[in-house]
Amino acid sequence: MLRRDFLKLVGAGAALGALPQPSWASVTKRIIIIGGGYAGATAAKYLRLWAGEAVEIVLIEQSTTFISCPLSNLVLGGSKKIGDLTFNFSGLDNYHVKRLYAEVTAVDVTKRRIVMDDGDELGYERLIVAPGVDFMWESLPMLQSSDAQQIIPHAWKAGEQTVNLRLQLETMTDGGVFVISIPKAPYRCPPGPYERVSQVAFYLKNYKPKSKIIVLDANPEITSKKSLFTNAWADLYPGMIEYRANSQVMEVDVANRTVKTEFETVKADVLNVIPPQRAGKVAQLAGVANVDKRWCEVDFLTYESKVAPNVHIIGDSVSAALPKSAHMATSQAKVCASAIANLLAGQDPDPQPVFANTCYSYVSDKLAMHVANVYRYDSAKKVMLPADGGGVSDKPSEQEGKFAQAWAKNIWSDVLT
Amino acid sequence: MTAAKNLAACLLMSYALSAGAVEANNHIRVLAASCAACHGSNGNSVGGTPVLAGLDRTYFVTQMMAFRKGDRPSTVMQHHAKGLTEVEIELLADYFAAQPRKASASPMPLNF
Repeated sequence: MLRRDFLKLVGAGAALGALPQPSWASVTKRIIIIGGGYAGATAAKYLRLWAGEAVEIVLIEQSTTFISCPLSNLVLGGSKKIGDLTFNFSGLDNYHVKRLYAEVTAVDVTKRRIVMDDGDELGYERLIVAPGVDFMWESLPMLQSSDAQQIIPHAWKAGEQTVNLRLQLETMTDGGVFVISIPKAPYRCPPGPYERVSQVAFYLKNYKPKSKIIVLDANPEITSKKSLFTNAWADLYPGMIEYRANSQVMEVDVANRTVKTEFETVKADVLNVIPPQRAGKVAQLAGVANVDKRWCEVDFLTYESKVAPNVHIIGDSVSAALPKSAHMATSQAKVCASAIANLLAGQDPDPQPVFANTCYSYVSDKLAMHVANVYRYDSAKKVMLPADGGGVSDKPSEQEGKFAQAWAKNIWSDVLT
Repeated sequence: MTAAKNLAACLLMSYALSAGAVEANNHIRVLAASCAACHGSNGNSVGGTPVLAGLDRTYFVTQMMAFRKGDRPSTVMQHHAKGLTEVEIELLADYFAAQPRKASASPMPLNF
C-alpha cells in the first residue's frame, strides 16, 4: 500500500470517529466499493458479516448523505419531507467500513487500482461498482447544464432536485399544466414515474384542482402496475391526468418549458423531464458497461463483470431483465457479498441464488400497492428469472400504505445500521 | 478391509453432508437476507411487519404453506411463498428460528 493511501484512510477513520480496526499488518485483501446507495452500502455491511475481519472494506461515495429515492415521490405529494429520507453513513462504522468522500476519476482494471479526484490511488483485491444510473444528456443536450436542470428538474436522483420540483409545484397557479416525460425502459424504478404522476395529482387535487397533468410516455404503455395505476387515476383524480403513449421527447425549449415529441409541441407550467439512463459513470470509466455501451453484463452467481475480472457490478447498472429497484439492489449486493466471501475462503459460491423483490407505489398519501416476485437463477440460461406466483396487488389500500412505510423503515435499518 | 471401506464411506458421507450444509447455508443466508427489506435484519423487524427472528419453525412452515395455498389471505406474502420451494421454506424456518430476538436499530433521519 502506498503511504498516502494509508494516511488518507487513517485520516478518514479519525475524522469519523476511529473504531477498532484490524491491524494493518494482518490485512491482505482490500475490497473497494464505489457508490454508497442501497447496493453499495448493503454490500459493505454484508461483506463484513460474511467475509469476517480479515478483509479491508473501503466505501467511496461522493456524498456525505444517503438520500432515499424510495418514498421521495411523497415529497412531491407533500406527505414527506426530504429530511425524513436523508441519513448519514455512520451506522456502517459498526462494520469497520472505511469511508472516503471522493469522486473516482479512473479505474485501471488490469493493475487493479482506482484513482480519486485528489489524485490519490488505491489498489484492490476486488472492486464492487455500485454507481446507480447516469443520465444520457447527449440525447437532450439542452438539459445538460445545471442551470437548465434548475428550470427543468429531473428529480430522478432524490435530494435538491426533488425539493426543486416540489417548490415549482407550490409556485404554480391553479389551472396550470404539469408535464412529465418518461424515457423508454429500462430506467431506474419502473413504476416510479407513474407513482410520481399520482403524487403530483394528489397535491394538485387538494390545492390546485383546476390544474392538469400531461404524461408523455416514450413507452407504448405504462411499464409497471398498468391497470392499477389506470384505475387509481380514474378513481382518485378523474379528468386530471392525460396519458399519451409513444411520446418520446425529442427537443426541449428550456426557457419556455416547452417540449417537442414526434407528434406535437406541449407547453408546461412545470416541466419534469426524466432523461434516458445508463450505468453510472464509474461503470463507464471501468469499461464494464459492455451492453450497448449502456449497461453492465454480469455473472449472476457473483455479479462479476463479463469483461473485467475482479470487478463486480451491482444495482441499477446491471444489464438484466430485473427491475431496477432498491430492494433488487440490496438483494444483488447480498448475492455479491456472499459470493466474494466464498471466493476469499476458497469455496464455490451458491450455484442457484434465489431472492425476493417487493416494490410499493403510493397513489395518494395513504394508499399503496405492490409488485412482488421471487427471482431464481436459471442454470441453463444463466440469468435470474421470475419464479411462479409473483404478481401485483388487487387494488391500492391503506393497509399496503402502512406496509410500504414498514418496508422503508426496515430496509433503511438493514442497509444503514 | 471392510472396516476400512466403511470408514471411507463414512468419511465420504460426512464430507458430502458438510459440503451440502455449506451450500445450503450460502443459499439460505442470501434468501433470508432478502426478506430483510420488510422483516428487518435477521428477521428483527423494526415495526409494521411480523418479527421472524426466533419464530417457532413449525408455525413458520404452516403459515408459509397457508399463504401458498391461499388458506391464509394476504396482500403480498402469497407472491413470495409461491415462489419458494418447500425445502427453502423449511430451511428458512430453521434459519429464522435460530436468530436471537433483538431490537434492530433505525438510522436517524437528518430531518431538515
